[in-house]
Amino acid sequence: MNQEYSNFKATLAIAKASFRSIVRSPSSVVFTLLFPLIFILVFGFISGGGVISVDVGVAKTNDTLNPVYQALKKVSIVKLIHDQTPEQMQSNLQKGTIDAIINIQKNTVAPYFTANIEYSKASGEKENILRSALNNIFYEINAHIPNGPPPVAEIKETTISGREYKTIDFILPGQLGFALLSTGVFGTAFVFLSLRITLVIKRFFATPVKRYSIVIGEAIARISFALIGALFIILIGKFAFGFTLVHGAVTVLNMLLLSLIGVVVFMGFGFVVSGIAKNESTVPPIANMITLPQFLLSGTFFSINVFPAWLQPISRALPLTYLNDALRKVAFEGASLMDVSHQVLVMLIWGVVIYTVAVKTFKWE
Amino acid sequence: MAKKSIITVKNLVKNYGDFNAVKGISFEVYEGEIFGLLGPNGAGKTTTLEIIETLREKTSGEITVDGFNIDTDAGSIKKRIGVQLQAAGYYPNLNLSELIELFSGLYGIQRSPLEMLKKVALTDKAKAKYKELSGGQKQRFSIATTLINNPRIVFLDEPTTGLDPQARRNLWDLIREIRDQGTTVVITTHYMDEAEVLCDRVAFVDGGNIIGVDTPDNFIDKLVASGFERPKEVKLASLEDVFINMTGKEWRAE
Repeated sequence: MNQEYSNFKATLAIAKASFRSIVRSPSSVVFTLLFPLIFILVFGFISGGGVISVDVGVAKTNDTLNPVYQALKKVSIVKLIHDQTPEQMQSNLQKGTIDAIINIQKNTVAPYFTANIEYSKASGEKENILRSALNNIFYEINAHIPNGPPPVAEIKETTISGREYKTIDFILPGQLGFALLSTGVFGTAFVFLSLRITLVIKRFFATPVKRYSIVIGEAIARISFALIGALFIILIGKFAFGFTLVHGAVTVLNMLLLSLIGVVVFMGFGFVVSGIAKNESTVPPIANMITLPQFLLSGTFFSINVFPAWLQPISRALPLTYLNDALRKVAFEGASLMDVSHQVLVMLIWGVVIYTVAVKTFKWE
Repeated sequence: MAKKSIITVKNLVKNYGDFNAVKGISFEVYEGEIFGLLGPNGAGKTTTLEIIETLREKTSGEITVDGFNIDTDAGSIKKRIGVQLQAAGYYPNLNLSELIELFSGLYGIQRSPLEMLKKVALTDKAKAKYKELSGGQKQRFSIATTLINNPRIVFLDEPTTGLDPQARRNLWDLIREIRDQGTTVVITTHYMDEAEVLCDRVAFVDGGNIIGVDTPDNFIDKLVASGFERPKEVKLASLEDVFINMTGKEWRAE
């Protein structure tokens, strides 16, 4: 009886109990593992459908006044990109985030225009789309010059080797991010609300346990579960769908660290929801108000670049956007955590804000 | 025999806004007794109990539990008491053994779950979930969780409400056993028959005041001495006696 009371042991006891409870709760397993896997499965199999646009980098030395360029501008599926440095363009071409680089030169003798096109193996089908668009343009230009057998324009093509950007490489980080959001918000909100309503917390307060032990114990359990789920999703992605992990285990570790930051921030939302909600049936509507917009707008299914311009600032305000972005950069581009420090910083700012709100709204009883 | 007091309550007041739930009550609980707080719903029993259990702030008054002041030593008190709350739930998705393990951790001690469950005759339910238990089993399990830290005092808030006669008698036996092992028991109930057979002393609480503290026998003797008579001649047995006689005393798995 007189031995020193250990808050550490009490915290671990709660963590253990909570982890057991989470693993046995169908909803947390469904949210953390089943949903993401179903989405990955669905999108993994319907991959490749629906090319939205061909992104073409325009080299700085490109002559923009020539008719080939003017005609290309009118092709609706071709999106011309000017605002990248040559180095960025090369690296993006390798990664497949842009599909080709075009550099049209004006010549003093025929052919008067030479279109140098650089493709990447990473661009896949889009190479052919761009090629046929250019062929149409050239055919028209060459045909409209009255006297000339010598063609006025020619195409010179090269293809660089790039990493193939698969659908899974886009879908998996998005699903992982969303799974972390769901488990962070819904899981935390439900558990603290139900512990409060069923007086489990009150019963805890009749023991010497400290309040912070309860919060930390619950957090340890939820974070462990979320990270195990994340690892599981990454490994299934890797071995079943060929998900790209540039630096192998190091990349996995970096992804798990990002997941940790993400789930901690998202749990902050969960604490707020548990404080606001009056009973268990008001949790889903409030939690959905937090998760659904991020589900749709944070680049879970589509790159936020395809959203209309007015929507993009909203997307860029959401924490999940940054988690998804960082996860993709780390997994596919092999970025280090330093390279995604901007994304991490935005998430941390969200963390500070949401925990400030959580401290004010959280209720113990 | 001089009784040593283990809980002292002096002028305890609890206000909820304008509502005075407890209006300056004082009483003592002696070491090793079963002490009953009796009174109708809303009399302030639970509020009083929860203040002593360190779960609620008091408005004013002085309370000492096993020598510790509630204002300065709530932590020491928590280690020395066992608390059963009215209608408290338990951590979801865990079985009884795991719940005992959890509570042992909360008290920072090692207890064998089976040993604890044995005390309340629930070893065969070790792998069952709390919500799968019958009413009587739930109460016995709750009592098991109050005994984990070998408390000096256990508080039981309406432990027999909603139980059938057999389960009730079974629980009385358990409570007496706890007292006989040297633990003081504070219990609330609104069943007077229960208080009469179970409690060593009782306090009547009504409207936030204590209107009397004594042994059940003394209360009855005083009332009879004042000339009170039951309106009808007392039957030699009650219907409950008939029920127990016909269905047996054995507590059964519901």
